[in-house]
Amino acid sequence: MSAALLTARAWLDEGRKVVLATVVETWGSSPVPVGGHLVIDDKGDFSGSVSGGCVEAEVIARAQDIIASGKPELLEFGVDNETAWGVGLACGGRIRVFAEKLE
Amino acid sequence: MRRETLDKLLKARAARRALVLVTRLDGGGEEIFAPGGGGTGHPHSGEITACLRTGRGKIAETGAGEIFVQPFLPAPRLMIVGATHIAQVLVRLAREVAIEPFVIDPRTAFATPERFGDAAIVPKWPGEALAKLGLDARCALVCLAHVPDIDDEALSVALESDCFYLGALGSKRSHEKRVGRLKERGFGEEECRVIHAPVGLDIGSVTPNEIALSIVAEVVSALRAGDQADGAS
Repeated sequence: MSAALLTARAWLDEGRKVVLATVVETWGSSPVPVGGHLVIDDKGDFSGSVSGGCVEAEVIARAQDIIASGKPELLEFGVDNETAWGVGLACGGRIRVFAEKLE
Repeated sequence: MRRETLDKLLKARAARRALVLVTRLDGGGEEIFAPGGGGTGHPHSGEITACLRTGRGKIAETGAGEIFVQPFLPAPRLMIVGATHIAQVLVRLAREVAIEPFVIDPRTAFATPERFGDAAIVPKWPGEALAKLGLDARCALVCLAHVPDIDDEALSVALESDCFYLGALGSKRSHEKRVGRLKERGFGEEECRVIHAPVGLDIGSVTPNEIALSIVAEVVSALRAGDQADGAS
């Protein structure tokens, strides 16, 4: 977790724009616990994880909007969510991820 | 998150200080609390205290929307006493699970960078090494030297510390002898029961690598048992 925060600081120091995504809630099976971090930059480079790889692509895509708008978003992924099937969180879990720009 | 907040979190982590971050999930910003200061009297001081105890973050409902209360605890450390073959593997496995290893051994022929690469090596007697490094509640200690003078000195320091795990290599028989020696140093039978010996989860380990795996598994188990002591989901 802190490894992702160290990456975030290093990227900010290089002048990159960075979004920090944090797992804030989980239900059922989820490979990344609450507090897990994923950092994403404006080129789509990323480090860390918020799931076993199921929803990262969607979070990375949303991060670009967050970089542009500067507004944080609370994202929800789960089996009972149409988009989640689209991005593939079919492992039976449900997670909420808070994604915010580092300013 | 503000850059200033990120810097505070990373600074506290480097200094092995715990902090709690409270984030408003409606995008209304964040606040940082240090244990024992600032948090008391806060409408969510209960959640702040609880997350420090469990080590787990949690969403709390407030009249003005949801907040996420997240603890940032010092990184767990593993003090490895005895720069042996098992220690060489243990250093690698501990790092893989984000536990920071330190290797302590007064025998300078064992505690060498050639054997341990860039791992933190302290070629001193355990008493001196542990006084320097400190043993807090986020530290585990395992004795692998199999040299009574070295292991006993480390255990004597660790038994009086807050460390969350204490293990010592050796058979049941050699552990009985060790407990006998610790009693001579003034420790009671009951106190010595916290020492995991034979060390490691019982997975039928045979090789040094397998023993290292069983030790790191047992340390993770102790760490997570502590995290969940509050019955958090």
